Amino acid sequence: MKIIVCLKQVPDTEANIKIDTNGKSISEAGIKFIINPYSEYAIEEAIRLKEAGKAESITAVSWGPERVSEALKTALAMGVDDVLLLKTDSYSVDSFATAGILAAKLKTMEYDLILMGKETIDDGSMQIGPMLSELLNIPCVTVVTKLDVDGEHVTVKREVEGGSEIIETSTPCIITCQKGLNEPRYPSIRGVMMAKKKQVTTEQVSFEGENLSINKLSYPAARSEGKVVGEGADAVAELVRLLREEAKVL
Amino acid sequence: MSAILVVTELQNNEFKKSSFETVSQARRLADSLGQTVTALVIGSDVKAKAASLGEYGADQVLTAEDTKLENFNPDYYKTIVIEAVKKVSPEIVLFIATLQGRDLAPRVAAALETGLASDCTGLEVVDGSLEIEHPLYAGKVFAKLSLESPVKILSLRPGVFEAKMNGKQAVVNSLELPALESRIKIKEINKTGGDKLDVTEADIIVTGGRGVRSAENFKIIEELATVLNAAVGATRAVVDSEWRPHDEQVGQTGKVVSPSLYIMCGASGSIQHWAGMSGSKCIVAVNKDPEAPIIKRADYSIVGDLFEVVPALTQEIKKIKG
Repeated sequence: MKIIVCLKQVPDTEANIKIDTNGKSISEAGIKFIINPYSEYAIEEAIRLKEAGKAESITAVSWGPERVSEALKTALAMGVDDVLLLKTDSYSVDSFATAGILAAKLKTMEYDLILMGKETIDDGSMQIGPMLSELLNIPCVTVVTKLDVDGEHVTVKREVEGGSEIIETSTPCIITCQKGLNEPRYPSIRGVMMAKKKQVTTEQVSFEGENLSINKLSYPAARSEGKVVGEGADAVAELVRLLREEAKVL
Repeated sequence: MSAILVVTELQNNEFKKSSFETVSQARRLADSLGQTVTALVIGSDVKAKAASLGEYGADQVLTAEDTKLENFNPDYYKTIVIEAVKKVSPEIVLFIATLQGRDLAPRVAAALETGLASDCTGLEVVDGSLEIEHPLYAGKVFAKLSLESPVKILSLRPGVFEAKMNGKQAVVNSLELPALESRIKIKEINKTGGDKLDVTEADIIVTGGRGVRSAENFKIIEELATVLNAAVGATRAVVDSEWRPHDEQVGQTGKVVSPSLYIMCGASGSIQHWAGMSGSKCIVAVNKDPEAPIIKRADYSIVGDLFEVVPALTQEIKKIKG
């Protein structure tokens, strides 16, 4: 079985996001970039399938500027076999355009299973997996917290509002990964050394047919200064009064 | 006259509140754009309740009924939505940004080769075109987006938009069902939470942080949530300690929420957590550390031991609710 992991590089969750002077993008100065946390579950699951003898190879594919090579190097160090960067010179907020460049490449590759994060923590669109399902004409199950692969039979547990579902499908298919699926490993020193010897294959691509674009970025409206109501249980009655009469939320 | 199509959602065979919110928004847009509103209802037994969407502004309700449609199957539901799109030729299609809507909308958008703006928190008509607000980095910044495709697909975040009674009468029609085929099979549905309210759909959330100290201690958080008819939320530290399930995690690597009241107990308010809940209308913090960042940022805070303050708050709410 051949696995492809689609991953994205994103600003660290700790990062203070600053809007660039153009007003339409963020300033990358001083930002640490990491592998999207949900993408890490996808990488880890692929490596576990390989370790269990169920997968023969793992290729990680990403897109974006040159700096994304670093994320792919980390994936190599974790244990994927090959990496591919679809290098773009621009940023797109249009997930359909992004799904388009991924689909065009994936159609030329061999795969049985495509794993990716259920969403990215930057634009949070949650669109790429289900869109690829349409573009590649293969099934996709989203928000998965447990994955079993037995030959071509795939059984997953997915999160739904208020519970979970057990779903069966078959390869080739796309699975989008949710927290709870596994605990991603840190790259070992040996993995980091091995990764240094490997190449990041890079192909230049460009977004086509973008329909969605950013006009303007802004910070959330500043909240008015808060009020310390008091100390301990004695302050509770006053808090409830304020919630009812001032904030009118009770 | 062009149409706006709304894909509504049910839970336990009743409309989710967010279905009413989304139909109401469609009405508002339709009025400023001179369009009509068609709401689509998909399920196994939906005809009787379909007309109630008229009260929120639907001109027409299309029902798609089949035993196969009782539960969400993305392949079936996608086929139904595309059939409805063919029938009403909408310029705008609105979904709800629930897990279901966010699974379904991208499939429809890709099948129609069109753009999709997901999880919208604001929507205005400016000079005849849509101006869409969408949070980036879980709400650390907000983007104003424009969508240029001939068919515009959006999903609206639950709990952000007002559900407004409109008193219209809707015409109810059945959608002729296309052949339904799927490559996935739902083997089991577990309603672990019973009727548990999801944090993304709750009007009030009571969140516990590391200060709650154990899974057992969450009992006092649950009790407060119960009297308030609220959902229980958790910080990442709490979920990573396995005190609470991860579907309750609020923050940049959890869920992004915007309830009218968010009560934080024993949580310091990290940048990642703040990103996920700063859209709440009113934020209350209970924390024993007067220097905790959340004490300054919350609208109202009580400095004190949550094991005293939270039960007292539960009692006080019980008192006023009689």
